[in-house]
Amino acid sequence: MWAVLRAVPDPEIPVLSLWDLGVIREVSVRGRDVVVGITPTYSGCPATAVIKSDVAEALQQAGYVAQVHDVLSPPWSSAWITPEGCEKLRAYGIAPPEFPVGRVAALLGEEVTPACPRCASRQTELLSEFGSTPCKALHRCCACQEPFDRFKCI
Amino acid sequence: MSAVTAPVADRALMTYVLRLADTALVLAQRLSAWIGHSPAIEEDLGCANIALDLLGQARLLYAYAGELEGAGRTEDDFAYLREECDFLNATMAELPNGDFGQTIVRQCLLDLWRLELFERLTQSTDVRLAQIAAKAVKEIRYHVRYSSGWLVRLGDGTDESHQRVAKALTTLWPYVTEWFAEDAMEQALTERGVAPSVAAVQVGFETRLAPILRDATLTRPVDVDYRWFGKRSQHSEHLGHLLADLQSLHRAHPGAQW
Repeated sequence: MWAVLRAVPDPEIPVLSLWDLGVIREVSVRGRDVVVGITPTYSGCPATAVIKSDVAEALQQAGYVAQVHDVLSPPWSSAWITPEGCEKLRAYGIAPPEFPVGRVAALLGEEVTPACPRCASRQTELLSEFGSTPCKALHRCCACQEPFDRFKCI
Repeated sequence: MSAVTAPVADRALMTYVLRLADTALVLAQRLSAWIGHSPAIEEDLGCANIALDLLGQARLLYAYAGELEGAGRTEDDFAYLREECDFLNATMAELPNGDFGQTIVRQCLLDLWRLELFERLTQSTDVRLAQIAAKAVKEIRYHVRYSSGWLVRLGDGTDESHQRVAKALTTLWPYVTEWFAEDAMEQALTERGVAPSVAAVQVGFETRLAPILRDATLTRPVDVDYRWFGKRSQHSEHLGHLLADLQSLHRAHPGAQW
């Protein structure tokens, strides 16, 4: 059951599994009955409905009776993406979210300049606060000139 | 169909939730009109993404209002099957987009007010409302980055851009008054710890706004008397036209789904 659950891909960024994304918040198993609680990344994210039905379908195909429901609290944060998930994102060409190290920096709302997922340079600039999906922003690398997506830090 | 005909256990809370939901939905509808018309593709993305977050927030709030009412109304019923006189959004949200500068002024004012309000709502004694607010606040914080960033660029930009946002600020400012004119229902909800104190939200809003206006080289307009109270269904002439657009498909094809 865990293997099935861990393998369900995100519908918009298939390189990432839903497990890596950190949206699977609760799982309870009783025999073949599985109840899964899923939290949306953004309240308006159109992928949320697809995510829920993908999880239910994967479990059903593996012979489980699945029930999927929403979990609203605590709200999802991009800090919940697993370290493996961050590596997969980088390899795929999307800069993973990075949070400032240390409580003072975090409290002051300091931001980490993302590294280019292609050439690893930190000489990058923001092109657009918003990108192709609710969870991403658009940046550009000043070293290799490539534009790239970055997971927003929320 | 009226919002207040069914016997509802907590009508004040339901009305309050509908006010929040309607403001989010109506503003989302206005922002969506920029798609394909923005000054640059990044602004298309910005307006569309903010609208999408607002729509998501509206859905969570409508679903809760429906549960509070207990009459089986869904998110779609609230959005598509109510008349202008049933909508309880803050009037500013329904005002026309104007030029991009006016849209940015409207967005920045509403973002700052909603950020202050929703941050405080995370402490609400109503657990569900606190949970929805905690979700929304992360999104609104990001919206403020966008709208305040643009307000500073336009205000502290060229003579033309400065003049346009300064004019928009004067035009829109009277509609701020409504947010901080507390009514009996809000007062009762504040006493129960459900809603934050309107006075405290106002102080927080002004504190957030002042440095942005300073950086944008804009002056806070003087408060004036105000005629509309969208939160009590007293709307400007613009809401009816907006709803005609928003609801036309559902009225032509009742119950349509895809």
